[in-house]
Amino acid sequence: MARRENPEINAGSMADIAFLLLIFFLVTTTMNVDSGVSKKLSEKPPIDYVPPVIKEKNIFEVNINRNNELLVEGDRMEIKDLKEAAMAFIDNGGGTGNPDEDGTPGKACDYCKGERSDASSDHPNKAIVSVQSDRGTEYGTYIIVQNELLRAYNELRDRLSRERYGISFEELEESFKDAKKSADLKNRVEQLRRKVEDIKISYPQIISDAEPTS
Amino acid sequence: MSKFRKKKKGMPAVNTASLPDIVFMLLFFFMVTTTMRETNLVIENPRLPAATEIKKLEDKSLVSTIYVGKSKDANRDGVGFNKIQLNDKISTADQVPAFILSKREKIAEQLIPLMTTSIKADKESNVGTIIDIRLKLRDVNALKINYSTTAGKKN
Repeated sequence: MARRENPEINAGSMADIAFLLLIFFLVTTTMNVDSGVSKKLSEKPPIDYVPPVIKEKNIFEVNINRNNELLVEGDRMEIKDLKEAAMAFIDNGGGTGNPDEDGTPGKACDYCKGERSDASSDHPNKAIVSVQSDRGTEYGTYIIVQNELLRAYNELRDRLSRERYGISFEELEESFKDAKKSADLKNRVEQLRRKVEDIKISYPQIISDAEPTS
Repeated sequence: MSKFRKKKKGMPAVNTASLPDIVFMLLFFFMVTTTMRETNLVIENPRLPAATEIKKLEDKSLVSTIYVGKSKDANRDGVGFNKIQLNDKISTADQVPAFILSKREKIAEQLIPLMTTSIKADKESNVGTIIDIRLKLRDVNALKINYSTTAGKKN
């Protein structure tokens, strides 16, 4: 008789408890996505490598000293002005660009909106930004400078992309990535890839790190 | 009439007894697949600089991380923000090539050019340390690097 009165444990709320646990774990799990400023290093030059002669006017010299102060093209500058100065230099378009791979001579930059002064860069694909820092420079400052220079390039790319294709460069790259993932329309992917390449070649990012002063 | 009544009465409740099992299964799945960070920091958590022009690192398995910053144990490692941590201990820049090579062993050969080195350095570290690391990376042809930063505000 006593056996029959032993009631079953109500397991109805078990699901609620488990759900609560599940949601707790889902919420507290943080996916820390690593992000940062990407750079590609140049390959190690062979021992007998002779660096090509580059005209002074095609080099944009940025120096950072050990007190985190900036010297741009021989003048002191604040970090906030760096982007404008870099853009003016890259976008100058005073002469002709590098010849193509197939040997056709370089053309003048027809999409540049700079001053076309003789004293600044010839063409975006000839313009070299050279950053020289001291060994004692703070890493934070170094990254800010790199970031400002990248911003200058990205702004120019953005402008060109809007002009040619009507959307910002960021959106263009984004849609290219999406198209690649779905991969259903081959010629759309190809078309977008060509657009992205076109912008990238028009304003190539040439930022070099010079040997540090110590 | 009797037929009609029978139908109404015989509608059974959905058995929810196995619902906890399903949910527990989900719970265990998430608990097992969540990976913890495998290196513990010997240096203090680096205060990353902020930047706006950033890219996400896509494939975690292809990323090797180098930390630069201040040691937690100043008596053992000395002071200053220029300590390099590889795996679980403080090292020098000379040990960077060996570190990269050991990471490469685990990766398929055709994926090696896609490997990225992420440098997580403190704001107050010196550029000299970073350049030392960079030269060593260039020696072993690990050319893709990423300076880890936080996302800053665009203006």
